[in-house]
Amino acid sequence: MTLDWPRILDLLAQHVQLSFAALGLALLIALPLAIWSVRSRTVASVTLGFASLIQTIPALALLALFFPLLLALSTVFGDAISPLGFLPSLLALTLYALLPILRNAVTGLRSVEPAMVEAADGVGMTGLQKLWLVEAPLASPTIMAGVRTAAVWTIGAATLSTTVGQPSLGDLIFAGLQTQNWSLVLAGCLVAAGLAITVDLLLGLIESGIRWRRHKRIWGAGIALAAGLAIALWPAPQSDKPVVTIGAKRFSEQYILARLIGQRLEKAGYAVRYREGLGSAVVFRALATDEVQILVDYAGTIWTNEMRRQDPEPRADMIAAIARWANAQHGVQLVGALGFENTYAFAVRPDDARRLGLRSLDDVVRVAPQFVFGTDVEFLERPEWQMVQAAYPLRFKGRRAFEPTFMYRALALGEADIISAFSSDGRIAANGFVVLEDPKGAVPSYDAILMVSRSAAADPQLVAALKPLVGAIPVEKMREANYRVDRDDDKQSPADSAAWLDEAISTKPSSPSPQGTNR
Amino acid sequence: MATSPSFSRPASARGPAVAFEGVAKAYGSTVAIACVDATISPGTFVAIVGSSGSGKSTLLKTVNRLIEPDTGNVRIDGADVASQEPHQLRRSIGYVFQNIGLFPHMTVAQNIGIGARLATGKPLAEARVATLLDLVDLPRDFAARLPEQLSGGQQQRVGVARALAGEPGLMLMDEPFGALDPVTREALGEQYRALHERLGLTTIMVTHDMAEALLFADRVWVMDAGRIAADATPAQLIAGGCGAEAEALVAVPRLQAERITAMRHAEGKLGA
Repeated sequence: MTLDWPRILDLLAQHVQLSFAALGLALLIALPLAIWSVRSRTVASVTLGFASLIQTIPALALLALFFPLLLALSTVFGDAISPLGFLPSLLALTLYALLPILRNAVTGLRSVEPAMVEAADGVGMTGLQKLWLVEAPLASPTIMAGVRTAAVWTIGAATLSTTVGQPSLGDLIFAGLQTQNWSLVLAGCLVAAGLAITVDLLLGLIESGIRWRRHKRIWGAGIALAAGLAIALWPAPQSDKPVVTIGAKRFSEQYILARLIGQRLEKAGYAVRYREGLGSAVVFRALATDEVQILVDYAGTIWTNEMRRQDPEPRADMIAAIARWANAQHGVQLVGALGFENTYAFAVRPDDARRLGLRSLDDVVRVAPQFVFGTDVEFLERPEWQMVQAAYPLRFKGRRAFEPTFMYRALALGEADIISAFSSDGRIAANGFVVLEDPKGAVPSYDAILMVSRSAAADPQLVAALKPLVGAIPVEKMREANYRVDRDDDKQSPADSAAWLDEAISTKPSSPSPQGTNR
Repeated sequence: MATSPSFSRPASARGPAVAFEGVAKAYGSTVAIACVDATISPGTFVAIVGSSGSGKSTLLKTVNRLIEPDTGNVRIDGADVASQEPHQLRRSIGYVFQNIGLFPHMTVAQNIGIGARLATGKPLAEARVATLLDLVDLPRDFAARLPEQLSGGQQQRVGVARALAGEPGLMLMDEPFGALDPVTREALGEQYRALHERLGLTTIMVTHDMAEALLFADRVWVMDAGRIAADATPAQLIAGGCGAEAEALVAVPRLQAERITAMRHAEGKLGA
């Protein structure tokens, strides 16, 4: 698989912008705080305590926590505050960079010898002159060491900003992880590591330049850093075509469908950008705020997560209700259902199914105490699991959460005995897993639905380009496309698989039945 | 130190008078200065001696307000030092102390010119730096060096040049030569005394070395438990009758001198 270098360079530029902005903001906050802290023990214990506390929060959680916080603020201040993308990433990374800068600056300023302070006072320096001419220069090597630590941390943690919708090198890592495209993961890691090492080296040159008073070295490294930032900020050549942003969650099907839509729109004369790897909690919000214009989501997800409904409805009524709600609440237009469903499908190994006579979830109730339940990381927190539990009294021996990729392997290897698989996933059939029936209809329907934001809905040409996809993708074709990306041998990229899928649904007229599900 | 006709302070100038009026300072229950009333007439070289903790450094630092007294005033030529901003006051007073305190990230020239930079924002003229280096007997090419490249004695010469750069009338010296070896200390003391004469300075020097005080000062203040126990000329101190504390301090160099003389006599007799 070849790497898409223009995209990697674009992500690198975004990564540089984000991490430099966070580092700069952290410096602006931490340095005055450090000066204040050195003059007051109380302030020092408060600021250092706060910065240490922040550091104990995992970076991923810190990023995620800014979403509800900014969401609440945006209801007060309006659209100026976006809970997605650059702002939450900037704030979380800035907080994360505070500690090393603050701690080193306080240590550096405190370690200025009393004789230096007495001499500075003795020659008649004012407080500011003392700080600027004596304390700051003498503490600067220690401060720079802290800045270097902060820079490396920030560049590393910035990969996580992908999850809140900020493009970064993390896009490559998350996409590669979900599609088991290790060369993509490696590319993301190596470019991020290369950036971190380069910035660290340049800051190291500035540090040694300050220590040994080599002004040329300081200037050289400073100019190199500034040039790097300038290149990152240089606006990409603007195409005169209208630009559409397509959003995708973090699994193969989403990557493939985003490319399928993107390829069709490019043919229709649009310039396409992708915002991939979005968390499923933020993705609809991104559509509602017009940060992405096109999204494929699933009826049951909108029904339970966004509309907070738990009452099952017939599929057609459900889609109609979603269309009314999305338009009325968010100006989002539902273009139509794609023709397949991706629901939660409880799957077991074929030998277990035969030996224990498992055909439906009712049968599982009796063997559950001997079974380990494998799920994706979010299923146990989702309302669907509450609904399943309400319908079937399942008491499992244990539960384990996996990234989707590893969930199927866990079932195959016996690490789990039953999994909450996805019905359109090609790995179910490839492994011969048996999907259990849901006779009580506890799981709502998950028709894949194509939605466009307010601005895209106003573009009839765009909507017209998307219309042919409605009802066009049968589940067998989607499974095959997914499997092309997910299988271990002869792996394809989501873009290649999307091209195959486009071909497959164009040549053979698609099955008119939207009932292409496994149920 | 070398003669230097271009040093602009006129020979006829005299340093200011300094007066302590009821100055007292305590740290919690520890009394540093009990209550000091004393005056120094213009152009006088005063040495303050006393055991550790007698309050001599504290008293010195009330003059340039590195320490603020709890009560009392310090006046320079009649003006209360508290009436001026501390940094303004300090720019008009030379200050030399034991730790030298040269700024390690600045060259010798930048250290000497720091006062000018603070006051005007501009570095001191090269010629002026050269004059000051001449004054303290250092080669002119030292201007570009960093303090770490200098010996302790050379560093303190730069310290003296820095203190003199602003042409102060009053010099405060807090054990200025205490960290130097005896030969360097003697040479520097001698040379500074000559500068004091030539520039017409008023100098207050704290020292724990009684011999230094007796040899270089016009007046010696003996401090004990925060008070001035004796205020006398070196001659009066050597003659005796200035109190027990003064006697004890004078006894040390006198006894050393007598023992050395006795040794020389003994050697002379042996040689004869």
